[in-house]
Amino acid sequence: MLQQRNPQLNSHGELIHLLSIEGLPRAVIHHILDTAGTFLSVNDREVKKVPLLRGKSVFNLFFENSTRTRTTFEIAAKRLSADVINLDIARSSAAKGESLLDTIANLSAMHADMFVVRHSESGAPYLIAKHCAPHVHVVNAGDGRHAHPTQALLDMYTIRHYKQDFTKLTVAIVGDIVHSRVARSDIHALTTLGVPEIRAVGPKTLVPGDLKEMGVRVCHDMAEGIRGADVIIMLRLQNERMSGAMLPSAGEFFKNYGLTPEKLALAKPDAIVMHPGPINRGVEIDSAVADGTQSVILPQVTFGIAVRMAVMSTIAGNNA
Amino acid sequence: MTVNQLDAESLYTALLAGVKPLVKPNTALVGVWSGGAWLAERLQRDLGLAGEHGVISSALHRDDFSQRGMSNADPTKLPFEVDGRAILLIDDVLYTGRTTRAVINELFDFGRPASVTLAVLVDRGGRELPIEAAFTAARIALAPDDRLRLARDDAGRFSFDIKESD
Repeated sequence: MLQQRNPQLNSHGELIHLLSIEGLPRAVIHHILDTAGTFLSVNDREVKKVPLLRGKSVFNLFFENSTRTRTTFEIAAKRLSADVINLDIARSSAAKGESLLDTIANLSAMHADMFVVRHSESGAPYLIAKHCAPHVHVVNAGDGRHAHPTQALLDMYTIRHYKQDFTKLTVAIVGDIVHSRVARSDIHALTTLGVPEIRAVGPKTLVPGDLKEMGVRVCHDMAEGIRGADVIIMLRLQNERMSGAMLPSAGEFFKNYGLTPEKLALAKPDAIVMHPGPINRGVEIDSAVADGTQSVILPQVTFGIAVRMAVMSTIAGNNA
Repeated sequence: MTVNQLDAESLYTALLAGVKPLVKPNTALVGVWSGGAWLAERLQRDLGLAGEHGVISSALHRDDFSQRGMSNADPTKLPFEVDGRAILLIDDVLYTGRTTRAVINELFDFGRPASVTLAVLVDRGGRELPIEAAFTAARIALAPDDRLRLARDDAGRFSFDIKESD
């Protein structure tokens, strides 16, 4: 019987697409983080560009809005010398009724070598990876509530940069976990890298109890959740969720779960504060914390370029 | 000379004597990762040069990237200004010349050196590019599939890692 293999890996176990952190071997994650370290040092050179993707075309397909992720992917691809084509799909062919696979077929006919895909439907990047030509690589830049693997990898890079050893850490992820593809990918990555305590912190409506099945400690009390933590990952409170019955008000949320200097004092003195952005000041994070000495939110953005360079060069160098 | 007669330590002594005349006042030693970097580290000390040697990786300029993918090499580290320096590249084994081509491109991403010179422990022939070393401690002919590379033990002593094809 044919065994179903991970669609991200070729028969030698090498990464050919990046679709999800789930199922990625620890060695592959470490290889990407090590490679990112090399690319970070490219910023110190007189020539801040390397020729690895020279002659390749990277198509940014964003079916959902994004500024930071799309921009950092574009910079990463350009630093690798690729030609970058940005398509604002939401306003073009999809609006005219073209199907996803027809869009991909047309772009493939324009000799695309790599697709960077963001889509509101979970699984869209898988569908593209399954149907594109063997030489084409796919990177998931966020699909529905499912996964955001490059964000998780840059989060892991950031944690490794400041804390070195994953196996002694307590990591608290705070906020709207149920809707967060970042949280899901982070939990998979932290688990794979051997973090002994991962806490999911937030109200019952946003942090369901069944997260325990992922090996996570669920805390509905903020003080309990961040006490003694080495790393605090704050999530954006998605404004679009506020209208429903999930939350009483933004002010109420800030009072209970917003990260203030007083609450941060419960964590370890050298704890770092992370956030995938964009931040909502005064909703999930106080300005004094966002701009404070323990915040590594802006280094995360810088590391994100190096990590995306590492992902693109790794998959482009492996053949199906 | 056959491959099994190669003695890395005595070849290193020859390399040390051979590079001495190549060293100028503005010379900076740069070893090619990994074997060449070990050699450069020891030469820096034995030649009594001030400062730290450089380490250079071919990973970002390899011409076989699309076949072999990203390598695991350590990143390039050049702890000095490259502009105007006489760069003395050190490698353990010179073969096709493709690694040398890649590291020269890498070097120029950091600045404009005054000159680039190459010195190697072993030249095994088989060149595919017009590249020659200014000093070579030993020359040997090997079959294309044979593997020859430098190894270093915990005490810092050199030997060769040899794997002959059938």
